[in-house]
Amino acid sequence: MASAGGAEKESMSDYVSHHLTHLKSHEQHSLLDFSVVHWDTVFFSLFCAALVLIFLRLAARRATAGVPGKLQLTVELLIEWVNEQAGSLVHGKLDYIAPLALTVFLWVATMNAVDLLPVDWLPSLARLFGIHYLRPLPTADINGTLGMSVAVLVLVLYYNVKIKGVGGFVHQLLCAPFGMARITLNPLSWLAVLALAFVNVFMNLVEYVSNTLSQGMRLYGNMYAGELIFFLIAGLGGTATVFGIGMHLFTGTLWAVFHILIVLLQAFIFMMLTLVYIGQAHAKH
Amino acid sequence: MNLNATLIVQTLVFLILGWITMKFIWPPLTAALNERQKKIADGLAAADKGEKSLVEAQANVAELVKDARVQATKIVDQASRRANEVIDEAKLSASAEGQRLVAAARAEVQLDQSRAREQLRKEVAALAVAGASKLLGREIDARAHADLLEKLAVELENG
Repeated sequence: MASAGGAEKESMSDYVSHHLTHLKSHEQHSLLDFSVVHWDTVFFSLFCAALVLIFLRLAARRATAGVPGKLQLTVELLIEWVNEQAGSLVHGKLDYIAPLALTVFLWVATMNAVDLLPVDWLPSLARLFGIHYLRPLPTADINGTLGMSVAVLVLVLYYNVKIKGVGGFVHQLLCAPFGMARITLNPLSWLAVLALAFVNVFMNLVEYVSNTLSQGMRLYGNMYAGELIFFLIAGLGGTATVFGIGMHLFTGTLWAVFHILIVLLQAFIFMMLTLVYIGQAHAKH
Repeated sequence: MNLNATLIVQTLVFLILGWITMKFIWPPLTAALNERQKKIADGLAAADKGEKSLVEAQANVAELVKDARVQATKIVDQASRRANEVIDEAKLSASAEGQRLVAAARAEVQLDQSRAREQLRKEVAALAVAGASKLLGREIDARAHADLLEKLAVELENG
């Protein structure tokens, strides 16, 4: 470990690539392989989820209509805020959507906040237990963020079918955004219908795929870049010179402070995109 | 950038988290919020009502005070009028009593006067009889000369 002044000689690129290696079930050779699991991502995202749920459950169990405690006030503030956002973006029943948005916001924010821990702490701790590779930041794993955005896609499809019915949804896939030609006896019109249907379905597919990809990739890209910069800053200290340690302190502090904003902002963006996409599923064309 | 089963796990966790929040976290907190909202609304309504009834009570009080003042002036007026009446009555009765006393005194004086005059007249008559009898040298029968004596007395009285 470079910043820990490890015994073995390690170059900066070795240090960074070591930190970028997941704890996984086994080596992955193709882009897509569902037999591989990143244990670190799974563990830390579940851990953060548990933290969030315990925090919320504590507030919920002690909830009173009388004078509320500070914990309850905090959670109430969050609930009212999320409810307001959900209500303004989704015109329909919020039974599942608003709680989901609250949990997503807190969950993503908590997972992002793992990035604020010094980059060597958790991997060093894991080494004590014989684990040699660990990436504790779940949102810097494309599987973590895309997994969540795919869940949003599932919800979008579910609400599309629920609100518009299967027929309405298929009709929307075929007829939006370019509309549909009228069928007449003229064979040319049949051709026009086929062409429009093809273009519309294609456009819709592009929209769904790009929505999901952009939601997942945006969070992943931001957190990955932030994590990488923390690695590089930590690597600076590894030079063990006055300059190296001074820059490590200065840039590390600066980036961490800035990262507090990114942690919350990305969580907020993720929640808002979730609400926007689900809101679109509720809108009729 | 490798895609693998982590993605599926994450998807499931996401959906389950939303469900858990919906089931166990959202309802008690929103219930508390709604109840508090209702409490506050009730409290505000009660405060409003209290304020309104205070205004009403103040108007009532003002009305009462006005009435009382009017009544008090009326009573004072009545009292002073009554006092004047009493004074007038007293004056009247006092003067009447005075007059009565004066009249009585005057009547008594007159009575005394006439009684004295009567006495005097009797005494004059007796003196006249005694003088005449001495002058005539014989007893004059007073009863036989009553008429004469009476006339003399009247003359004396008038003279």
